Amino acid sequence: MSSKAYSLFIKDFRSELRTRYAINSLAMFIIVAISVILFSIGNERVNENLTAGLFWVVIFFTAMSGLARAFVSEEERGTSLTLQLIASPSTVFTGKLIFNLILVFCMNIIIAVLYSAVFDAFVIRNFVLFLCAFVLGNIGLAISSTIIAAIISKAGAKGTLYPVLSFPILLPLILTSVQLTLFSIDGTGFEKSKFELAVVICYDVIMLTASYMLFDFIWKD
Amino acid sequence: MNNFSVKAESLSKTFGRRLIFSGLNFEFSKKGIYGISGPNGSGKSTLVQIIAGLISPSAGKVRHIMEAKDIPPEKLHNHIGFVSPYLVLYEEFTALENLELFAKIRNVHFNTEKIEYLLKVFLLYERKDDLVKTYSSGMKQRMKFIFAMMHSPRLLILDEPTSNLDDEGKESVYRITREQGSDSIVLIASNERSDLELCSEKIVIQDYKNISVQEAN
Repeated sequence: MSSKAYSLFIKDFRSELRTRYAINSLAMFIIVAISVILFSIGNERVNENLTAGLFWVVIFFTAMSGLARAFVSEEERGTSLTLQLIASPSTVFTGKLIFNLILVFCMNIIIAVLYSAVFDAFVIRNFVLFLCAFVLGNIGLAISSTIIAAIISKAGAKGTLYPVLSFPILLPLILTSVQLTLFSIDGTGFEKSKFELAVVICYDVIMLTASYMLFDFIWKD
Repeated sequence: MNNFSVKAESLSKTFGRRLIFSGLNFEFSKKGIYGISGPNGSGKSTLVQIIAGLISPSAGKVRHIMEAKDIPPEKLHNHIGFVSPYLVLYEEFTALENLELFAKIRNVHFNTEKIEYLLKVFLLYERKDDLVKTYSSGMKQRMKFIFAMMHSPRLLILDEPTSNLDDEGKESVYRITREQGSDSIVLIASNERSDLELCSEKIVIQDYKNISVQEAN
């Protein structure tokens, strides 16, 4: 299955390079969101709490603007049927998940670099903890966004439904990731961050398992 | 080649409260060309989509049996070829790129000889390196046949196969359908008299639930 999923990812990657469905909207959103935050803050000194929160707000809304494309573009172009005829549901989900994982990581690395360049308060004191929060948070974000994208691609009001459905599903992940980012800015050690790290790991595992179990039903009808 | 059969058992489908058909029972166990006809809205396209495993029936089941064993749903796609007016190929890729990607995703051998043969039969060989979005609707329809047949399926399902085709295109379709029918099971869902003339046996869906099997004249 892995080679089939990889081929599906390659198909999506090449398609994205030619159509720029997701890349353009993500790039524009990152620039606009960070600029708006920068202009609205002005010369104010932003505390660490707010910096960590705003960092994940940018990530959350950027994900909203681009990650749904994985399935919505197939549905809008009418190629879902083609995909159903060439691959099993688990292959389709794995391929789309790989694509979204890579997109999320690229997008969030750019956000982190830009964010640390323009916000003085965004200084990471425990880099390893930040890296754990970043990696686990991004994996959770990619898994959740992929399954939500699959659900909303079958619905009528795709544009509004995505953030509405994402909010309750992503809330535990975002809150925990904000807390972990705050710890890494504070310089808090791993001992005190154990609970939050366990929550994010559990979230990722539960979402991945639930997604594979649900996807057959979502994809077929 | 064929040791493949399709068996429908008490098949019913409803969309919300609307009954499409109910209690359909039939079996295709020998290679050949079979037809499905019925008035507009009788559920021909729905039935072929259920047979292809693309949508679930509301009740009953379709069994795809090969070498006396049921094919699991997750492996069904490699044994089925499907042509439908709703099928859309990736327009940002060329015909050849589409076919190469499909072979890789299906994890089947890209049979260059067969692909070239199909491209020539369907009069697309000269345009194989052009983006699909530059094709006319008839060319896109012919391309769907290559997509459906490139992996030598045991069951080829053709839903309104000759829509958008000119006489030359129809002749290519009939020729290749006869070839495929001598080697595997071909199902044609259509109301076109010329399409149904290819069929040795015909299922007619009437009054939501009655099904009659007619031998070809």
